[in-house]
Amino acid sequence: MKVRILVSLKPGVLDPQGRAVHHALEGMGFEGVDDVRIGRTVELDVADSTSDEALEKMCEQLLANTVIENYRIERLG
Amino acid sequence: MSWRAAVVTFPGSNCDRDMAVALERASGTPALRVWHGDSDLPERLDFIALPGGFSYGDYLRSGAMAANSPIMRAVKREAERGVPVLGVCNGFQVIAEAGLLPGALMRNAGQTFICRTADLTVDNTESVFTRGYEQGASIRIPVAHHDGNYFADADTLDRLEGEGRVAFRYGENYNGSQRAIAGILNESGNVLGMMPHPERAVDPAHGGTDGLVLFESAVKALAEA
Repeated sequence: MKVRILVSLKPGVLDPQGRAVHHALEGMGFEGVDDVRIGRTVELDVADSTSDEALEKMCEQLLANTVIENYRIERLG
Repeated sequence: MSWRAAVVTFPGSNCDRDMAVALERASGTPALRVWHGDSDLPERLDFIALPGGFSYGDYLRSGAMAANSPIMRAVKREAERGVPVLGVCNGFQVIAEAGLLPGALMRNAGQTFICRTADLTVDNTESVFTRGYEQGASIRIPVAHHDGNYFADADTLDRLEGEGRVAFRYGENYNGSQRAIAGILNESGNVLGMMPHPERAVDPAHGGTDGLVLFESAVKALAEA
Protein backbone atom coordinates (compact mmCIF):
# COMPACT_ATOMS: atom_id res chain seq x y z
CA MET A 1 0.00 0.00 0.00
CA LYS A 2 1.26 3.46 -0.87
CA VAL A 3 1.11 6.11 1.82
CA ARG A 4 1.93 9.76 1.33
CA ILE A 5 3.09 11.85 4.28
CA LEU A 6 2.87 15.60 3.87
CA VAL A 7 5.13 17.50 6.25
CA SER A 8 4.62 21.25 6.55
CA LEU A 9 5.88 24.00 8.82
CA LYS A 10 3.48 24.95 11.59
CA PRO A 11 1.61 28.22 11.20
CA GLY A 12 3.62 30.97 12.85
CA VAL A 13 6.98 29.34 12.18
CA LEU A 14 8.93 31.61 9.86
CA ASP A 15 9.76 29.95 6.54
CA PRO A 16 12.69 31.86 5.01
CA GLN A 17 12.77 29.50 2.03
CA GLY A 18 9.08 30.09 1.32
CA ARG A 19 9.60 33.82 1.63
CA ALA A 20 12.50 33.78 -0.84
CA VAL A 21 10.38 31.81 -3.32
CA HIS A 22 7.50 34.23 -2.75
CA HIS A 23 9.77 37.16 -3.63
CA ALA A 24 10.99 35.30 -6.71
CA LEU A 25 7.44 34.66 -7.94
CA GLU A 26 6.62 38.33 -7.48
CA GLY A 27 9.82 39.30 -9.27
CA MET A 28 8.78 37.07 -12.18
CA GLY A 29 5.55 39.02 -12.48
CA PHE A 30 3.10 36.53 -10.97
CA GLU A 31 0.41 38.49 -9.19
CA GLY A 32 -1.94 37.63 -6.38
CA VAL A 33 0.37 35.26 -4.48
CA ASP A 34 -0.33 35.96 -0.81
CA ASP A 35 2.04 33.50 0.83
CA VAL A 36 4.38 30.61 0.05
CA ARG A 37 5.18 27.80 2.49
CA ILE A 38 7.52 24.96 1.58
CA GLY A 39 7.10 21.46 2.95
CA ARG A 40 8.18 17.92 2.22
CA THR A 41 6.51 14.84 0.84
CA VAL A 42 7.51 11.36 2.00
CA GLU A 43 6.11 8.43 0.04
CA LEU A 44 6.06 5.09 1.80
CA ASP A 45 5.30 1.65 0.41
CA VAL A 46 4.07 -0.34 3.42
CA ALA A 47 2.30 -3.60 4.20
CA ASP A 48 -1.49 -3.32 3.83
CA SER A 49 -1.86 -4.23 7.49
CA THR A 50 0.13 -1.18 8.69
CA SER A 51 -1.98 0.57 11.34
CA ASP A 52 -2.71 4.28 11.59
CA GLU A 53 -0.99 4.17 14.93
CA ALA A 54 2.23 2.82 13.40
CA LEU A 55 2.20 5.51 10.71
CA GLU A 56 1.65 8.21 13.32
CA LYS A 57 4.59 6.88 15.34
CA MET A 58 6.82 7.02 12.25
CA CYS A 59 5.85 10.66 11.80
CA GLU A 60 6.21 11.62 15.45
CA GLN A 61 9.55 9.88 15.96
CA LEU A 62 11.35 10.57 12.70
CA LEU A 63 9.56 11.88 9.62
CA ALA A 64 8.41 15.17 11.18
CA ASN A 65 9.85 17.34 13.94
CA THR A 66 6.68 18.24 15.80
CA VAL A 67 8.36 21.23 17.45
CA ILE A 68 8.17 23.04 14.12
CA GLU A 69 6.24 20.82 11.73
CA ASN A 70 2.76 19.37 11.20
CA TYR A 71 2.16 16.21 9.21
CA ARG A 72 -0.74 14.68 7.33
CA ILE A 73 -1.04 11.02 6.42
CA GLU A 74 -2.78 10.06 3.18
CA ARG A 75 -3.43 6.42 2.33
CA LEU A 76 -3.29 6.13 -1.44
CA GLY A 77 -4.34 2.47 -1.54
CA MET B 1 42.82 13.06 38.50
CA SER B 2 41.49 10.58 36.03
CA TRP B 3 39.33 12.21 33.41
CA ARG B 4 37.42 10.17 30.88
CA ALA B 5 35.85 11.98 27.97
CA ALA B 6 34.35 10.45 24.84
CA VAL B 7 33.72 11.93 21.41
CA VAL B 8 30.97 10.29 19.35
CA THR B 9 31.55 10.06 15.59
CA PHE B 10 28.58 9.76 13.23
CA PRO B 11 28.93 9.11 9.50
CA GLY B 12 29.52 12.65 8.23
CA SER B 13 30.91 14.13 11.46
CA ASN B 14 33.91 16.31 10.60
CA CYS B 15 34.82 18.12 13.83
CA ASP B 16 35.31 14.99 15.91
CA ARG B 17 39.08 15.10 15.81
CA ASP B 18 39.16 18.82 16.65
CA MET B 19 36.87 18.08 19.60
CA ALA B 20 39.20 15.32 20.81
CA VAL B 21 42.20 17.66 20.53
CA ALA B 22 40.39 20.38 22.53
CA LEU B 23 39.40 17.91 25.25
CA GLU B 24 42.96 16.60 25.50
CA ARG B 25 44.36 20.12 25.64
CA ALA B 26 42.06 21.02 28.55
CA SER B 27 42.48 17.77 30.50
CA GLY B 28 45.87 16.38 29.51
CA THR B 29 44.16 13.05 28.80
CA PRO B 30 43.38 11.70 25.32
CA ALA B 31 39.65 11.48 24.62
CA LEU B 32 38.05 8.13 23.85
CA ARG B 33 36.45 7.78 20.43
CA VAL B 34 33.07 6.14 19.97
CA TRP B 35 31.33 5.11 16.75
CA HIS B 36 27.62 5.88 16.25
CA GLY B 37 26.75 2.22 15.66
CA ASP B 38 28.09 1.16 19.06
CA SER B 39 25.28 0.41 21.45
CA ASP B 40 27.25 1.30 24.55
CA LEU B 41 29.54 4.06 25.70
CA PRO B 42 32.76 3.35 27.61
CA GLU B 43 32.13 3.04 31.34
CA ARG B 44 32.55 5.81 33.92
CA LEU B 45 32.60 8.75 31.53
CA ASP B 46 33.05 12.27 32.86
CA PHE B 47 32.16 14.05 29.62
CA ILE B 48 30.47 13.20 26.32
CA ALA B 49 30.87 15.35 23.22
CA LEU B 50 28.79 15.24 20.06
CA PRO B 51 30.80 17.04 17.37
CA GLY B 52 29.93 19.19 14.40
CA GLY B 53 29.64 18.04 10.83
CA PHE B 54 26.92 16.79 8.54
CA SER B 55 25.80 13.50 10.03
CA TYR B 56 24.00 11.36 7.45
CA GLY B 57 24.42 14.18 4.95
CA ASP B 58 21.77 16.20 6.81
CA TYR B 59 19.15 13.91 5.23
CA LEU B 60 15.54 14.57 6.26
CA ARG B 61 16.52 17.28 8.80
CA SER B 62 19.93 18.13 10.25
CA GLY B 63 20.59 15.74 13.11
CA ALA B 64 17.35 13.74 12.68
CA MET B 65 18.94 10.48 11.56
CA ALA B 66 21.80 10.61 14.07
CA ALA B 67 19.32 11.29 16.88
CA ASN B 68 17.93 7.81 16.30
CA SER B 69 21.26 5.96 16.03
CA PRO B 70 22.07 3.22 18.56
CA ILE B 71 24.64 5.22 20.53
CA MET B 72 22.10 7.97 21.29
CA ARG B 73 20.16 5.69 23.60
CA ALA B 74 23.30 5.36 25.70
CA VAL B 75 23.99 9.12 25.50
CA LYS B 76 20.45 9.85 26.74
CA ARG B 77 20.89 7.40 29.61
CA GLU B 78 24.17 9.01 30.69
CA ALA B 79 22.71 12.52 30.33
CA GLU B 80 19.87 11.52 32.66
CA ARG B 81 22.48 10.28 35.15
CA GLY B 82 24.02 13.76 35.13
CA VAL B 83 27.10 13.18 32.95
CA PRO B 84 27.97 16.45 31.13
CA VAL B 85 27.00 16.22 27.45
CA LEU B 86 28.15 18.88 24.99
CA GLY B 87 26.64 19.11 21.50
CA VAL B 88 28.33 21.53 19.12
CA CYS B 89 26.80 22.61 15.81
CA ASN B 90 25.54 19.37 14.25
CA GLY B 91 25.89 17.90 17.75
CA PHE B 92 23.41 20.54 18.99
CA GLN B 93 21.05 19.63 16.15
CA VAL B 94 21.36 15.96 17.13
CA ILE B 95 20.58 16.49 20.82
CA ALA B 96 17.68 18.81 20.01
CA GLU B 97 16.26 16.20 17.62
CA ALA B 98 16.81 13.56 20.30
CA GLY B 99 14.71 15.61 22.71
CA LEU B 100 17.54 16.23 25.20
CA LEU B 101 17.05 19.96 24.68
CA PRO B 102 13.90 21.87 23.69
CA GLY B 103 13.40 23.63 20.36
CA ALA B 104 14.76 23.06 16.88
CA LEU B 105 17.50 24.41 14.61
CA MET B 106 16.07 25.71 11.36
CA ARG B 107 17.59 27.02 8.13
CA ASN B 108 19.41 30.35 8.71
CA ALA B 109 17.00 33.23 8.18
CA GLY B 110 19.17 34.63 5.38
CA GLN B 111 19.29 31.21 3.67
CA THR B 112 23.08 31.26 3.42
CA PHE B 113 25.74 29.13 5.09
CA ILE B 114 27.46 31.34 7.67
CA CYS B 115 31.17 30.87 8.35
CA ARG B 116 32.85 33.52 10.48
CA THR B 117 34.02 34.32 13.98
CA ALA B 118 31.08 35.36 16.12
CA ASP B 119 30.98 37.65 19.13
CA LEU B 120 28.97 35.91 21.84
CA THR B 121 27.72 37.09 25.20
CA VAL B 122 27.96 34.68 28.11
CA ASP B 123 24.57 34.56 29.83
CA ASN B 124 25.05 31.68 32.27
CA THR B 125 28.09 31.20 34.46
CA GLU B 126 26.66 28.50 36.74
CA SER B 127 26.93 25.36 34.60
CA VAL B 128 29.91 23.01 34.50
CA PHE B 129 30.60 24.32 30.99
CA THR B 130 30.38 28.04 31.64
CA ARG B 131 31.57 28.71 35.17
CA GLY B 132 35.01 29.72 33.91
CA TYR B 133 33.51 32.73 32.13
CA GLU B 134 32.44 36.01 33.64
CA GLN B 135 28.76 36.97 33.55
CA GLY B 136 28.06 39.09 30.49
CA ALA B 137 31.54 38.53 29.07
CA SER B 138 31.99 38.97 25.35
CA ILE B 139 33.85 36.06 23.76
CA ARG B 140 34.85 35.24 20.21
CA ILE B 141 34.04 31.76 18.87
CA PRO B 142 33.83 30.60 15.24
CA VAL B 143 30.49 29.61 13.73
CA ALA B 144 30.00 27.55 10.56
CA HIS B 145 26.47 26.39 9.84
CA HIS B 146 23.49 26.46 7.52
CA ASP B 147 20.85 25.37 10.02
CA GLY B 148 21.53 27.37 13.17
CA ASN B 149 18.35 29.40 13.43
CA TYR B 150 17.11 28.46 16.90
CA PHE B 151 13.34 28.14 17.20
CA ALA B 152 11.14 27.38 20.18
CA ASP B 153 7.67 28.62 21.13
CA ALA B 154 7.37 31.72 23.30
CA ASP B 155 6.56 29.75 26.47
CA THR B 156 9.66 27.62 26.05
CA LEU B 157 11.82 30.70 25.39
CA ASP B 158 10.42 32.43 28.50
CA ARG B 159 11.13 29.33 30.55
CA LEU B 160 14.71 29.05 29.23
CA GLU B 161 15.38 32.68 30.07
CA GLY B 162 13.58 32.54 33.42
CA GLU B 163 15.59 29.52 34.50
CA GLY B 164 18.90 30.97 33.34
CA ARG B 165 19.29 28.26 30.74
CA VAL B 166 20.46 30.48 27.88
CA ALA B 167 24.22 29.88 27.96
CA PHE B 168 25.31 32.09 25.05
CA ARG B 169 23.74 34.71 22.78
CA TYR B 170 24.97 36.17 19.50
CA GLY B 171 26.16 39.77 19.68
CA GLU B 172 24.89 40.21 16.14
CA ASN B 173 22.07 37.78 15.32
CA TYR B 174 23.45 36.38 12.05
CA ASN B 175 21.07 33.48 11.63
CA GLY B 176 17.73 34.77 12.90
CA SER B 177 17.68 32.73 16.12
CA GLN B 178 14.84 33.49 18.53
CA ARG B 179 16.15 35.95 21.12
CA ALA B 180 19.62 35.64 19.56
CA ILE B 181 20.13 32.31 21.32
CA ALA B 182 23.43 30.59 20.45
CA GLY B 183 23.47 27.91 23.17
CA ILE B 184 21.11 26.46 25.76
CA LEU B 185 21.27 24.17 28.78
CA ASN B 186 18.88 21.47 29.96
CA GLU B 187 17.04 21.75 33.26
CA SER B 188 19.83 20.11 35.28
CA GLY B 189 22.53 22.13 33.54
CA ASN B 190 24.52 19.07 32.44
CA VAL B 191 23.55 19.16 28.75
CA LEU B 192 24.73 22.09 26.62
CA GLY B 193 23.89 22.55 22.96
CA MET B 194 25.52 25.39 21.03
CA MET B 195 25.97 26.29 17.37
CA PRO B 196 29.39 28.04 17.75
CA HIS B 197 32.51 25.84 17.82
CA PRO B 198 34.47 26.23 21.08
CA GLU B 199 36.88 23.50 19.88
CA ARG B 200 38.00 25.87 17.13
CA ALA B 201 39.22 28.44 19.65
CA VAL B 202 41.61 26.53 21.90
CA ASP B 203 45.00 27.66 20.61
CA PRO B 204 46.45 31.15 20.07
CA ALA B 205 47.07 30.07 16.47
CA HIS B 206 43.29 29.70 16.08
CA GLY B 207 43.03 33.42 16.69
CA GLY B 208 41.94 33.06 20.30
CA THR B 209 41.40 30.67 23.18
CA ASP B 210 37.94 31.69 24.38
CA GLY B 211 36.67 28.19 23.63
CA LEU B 212 39.29 26.48 25.78
CA VAL B 213 37.70 28.05 28.88
CA LEU B 214 34.59 25.91 28.32
CA PHE B 215 36.53 22.63 28.32
CA GLU B 216 38.72 23.72 31.22
CA SER B 217 35.58 24.63 33.21
CA ALA B 218 34.30 21.07 32.82
CA VAL B 219 37.64 19.55 33.80
CA LYS B 220 37.87 21.83 36.83
CA ALA B 221 34.28 21.10 37.85
CA LEU B 222 35.08 17.40 37.98
CA ALA B 223 38.27 17.96 39.96
CA GLU B 224 36.31 19.97 42.53
CA ALA B 225 33.38 17.56 42.69
